[in-house]
Amino acid sequence: MNNKTIAELARGLRAGEFSSVELTQGYLERIRQFSVLNAYITVTAEQALAQAEAADKRLAAGTADLLTGIPVAQKDIFCTDGVKTSCGSKMLDNFISPYNATVVEKLNAAGAVMLGKSNMDEFAMGSSNETSFYGSVQNPWNVSCVPGGSSGGSAAAVAAGLTAGATGTDTGGSIRQPAAFCGITGLKPTYGRVSRYGMIAYASSLDQGGPMTRTAEDAAIMLQAMAGFDEKDSTSVDRPVPDYSSGLNQPLSGLKIGLPKEFFGEGLNGEIATVIETAVNEYRKLGAEVKEVSMPNLKHAIPAYYVIAPAECSANLSRFDGVRFGYRCDNPADLSDLYTRSRGETFGKEVKRRILIGTYALSAGYYDAYYLKAQKVRRLISDDFKSALAEVDVLMGPVSPTVAFGLGEKTGDPIQMYLSDIYTIAVNLAGLPAMSIPAGFVDGKPVGLQIIGNYFAEDRLLNVAHRYQMNTDWHKQVPKGFE
Amino acid sequence: MSLTTDDVNKIAHLARLGVDIQDVDTYAHDLSGILDLVTQMSQLNTEGVAPMAHPMEQSQRLRPDRVTETNMREKFQAIAPQVEAGLYLVPKVIE
Repeated sequence: MNNKTIAELARGLRAGEFSSVELTQGYLERIRQFSVLNAYITVTAEQALAQAEAADKRLAAGTADLLTGIPVAQKDIFCTDGVKTSCGSKMLDNFISPYNATVVEKLNAAGAVMLGKSNMDEFAMGSSNETSFYGSVQNPWNVSCVPGGSSGGSAAAVAAGLTAGATGTDTGGSIRQPAAFCGITGLKPTYGRVSRYGMIAYASSLDQGGPMTRTAEDAAIMLQAMAGFDEKDSTSVDRPVPDYSSGLNQPLSGLKIGLPKEFFGEGLNGEIATVIETAVNEYRKLGAEVKEVSMPNLKHAIPAYYVIAPAECSANLSRFDGVRFGYRCDNPADLSDLYTRSRGETFGKEVKRRILIGTYALSAGYYDAYYLKAQKVRRLISDDFKSALAEVDVLMGPVSPTVAFGLGEKTGDPIQMYLSDIYTIAVNLAGLPAMSIPAGFVDGKPVGLQIIGNYFAEDRLLNVAHRYQMNTDWHKQVPKGFE
Repeated sequence: MSLTTDDVNKIAHLARLGVDIQDVDTYAHDLSGILDLVTQMSQLNTEGVAPMAHPMEQSQRLRPDRVTETNMREKFQAIAPQVEAGLYLVPKVIE
């Protein structure tokens, strides 16, 4: 049961093969069995069983949605009413959210069963899940490796069968890179497609929530429930949500694929390049035309990102001040001491680095040289994508230059960690939708194929991913010991 | 681009962020490295390029100025570190 897709589980629930309560109990048991992976920060067993009972009633009454009764994990960045929402930080270790994020409200309304809150890098700042206050997560494919980050708990939980689907958020690759490292399907939607209300903000002009699942078909089902305009999010885009499942099977004949040559240059592991080439050849067999395109400004994406994201993070994280919620230091001498120590005693090193860089970049006299310059570079990168996507329907390339690296391997060198996000970060700067789907293995570890589409072309991306999954079985592979 | 320990202490003060004394050197080293990375942008000519703040060029939406939220003060204050008589308490600011 634990390795079935959401679509299969939905059919099983309707056929009466099992109830949502049985399904939920099964997943809760597996979460206990594999607690060593550390994929969850909080398990909400009692609430999950209550939601499952309600879901079974809806199923019996014939008022069920596709997600009704399906167990999901919420990344611990999404606020959940009455449930600890830590964002992976000591600062919020005592924070019981007083409200639900819109994504949580929507999944609840669809009847999904929340198993718990998944582990993540502190405030979503990291590419390995190692900055979490609650410790690192093990990659089910190789437990001495990282699951990727920041949505590492969600990715590991889906890969290990500790949930049927999960939510993630992606600011610079935080859905796609862990999806690639753990061999699952991840979708980062167009900026503004999924509400950010109640999703704890890191870099507001880049953050976007999305689904992490076993298949593209499941991602379509979850995105259907998550997407849509929300007046509570001032950057939400008011535009109808298409039916993401109806076009999944469309043939790919005539699909134009662009391969940005800068995605295949220096720094890319040669065996990963081979896996990607093989996947692209599969698309040729499915009728696609492939051509090379160029994104000359791609190499400036990481520098621009490491100004924009820290600048926005330094502003967003100023709300954590020890006054209204979260951690407060003992015996503050005065108000300044209260702020300084409450923040200093809880934020980890990576969060502190980014707050400091952002504060510096925004400080008097430096704004033009850093933030304004980075926003101009951002425009050039976005223009590169626009010209490329005027020639082709989708872009393809690797998600990450390497497969999952060892736990502790890169923690001593923040820059090395930053550089591993080279292929994902540019997409966030442009605000485009992109997916990672399993495409093969190197050294027994999964490799992700990245598919990037035009604004609001999530339906096309899902179709392109689904057709590949109909013709390959990389997405059906299960890590040893988790069958 | 190289930041000194004094720079780090000054930035940390601006951010009201406590940094352990024994870590200041490491932050100066790490932050200098990050600044070296980001200043690579300066190689790119951006003259006449309009800065990009939102991928869809969307500006902030306005809404009618009417009350839409209910009062949830008690619920919000239930998770506060220190409250009294409906107020959030902080150390005395004015003598």
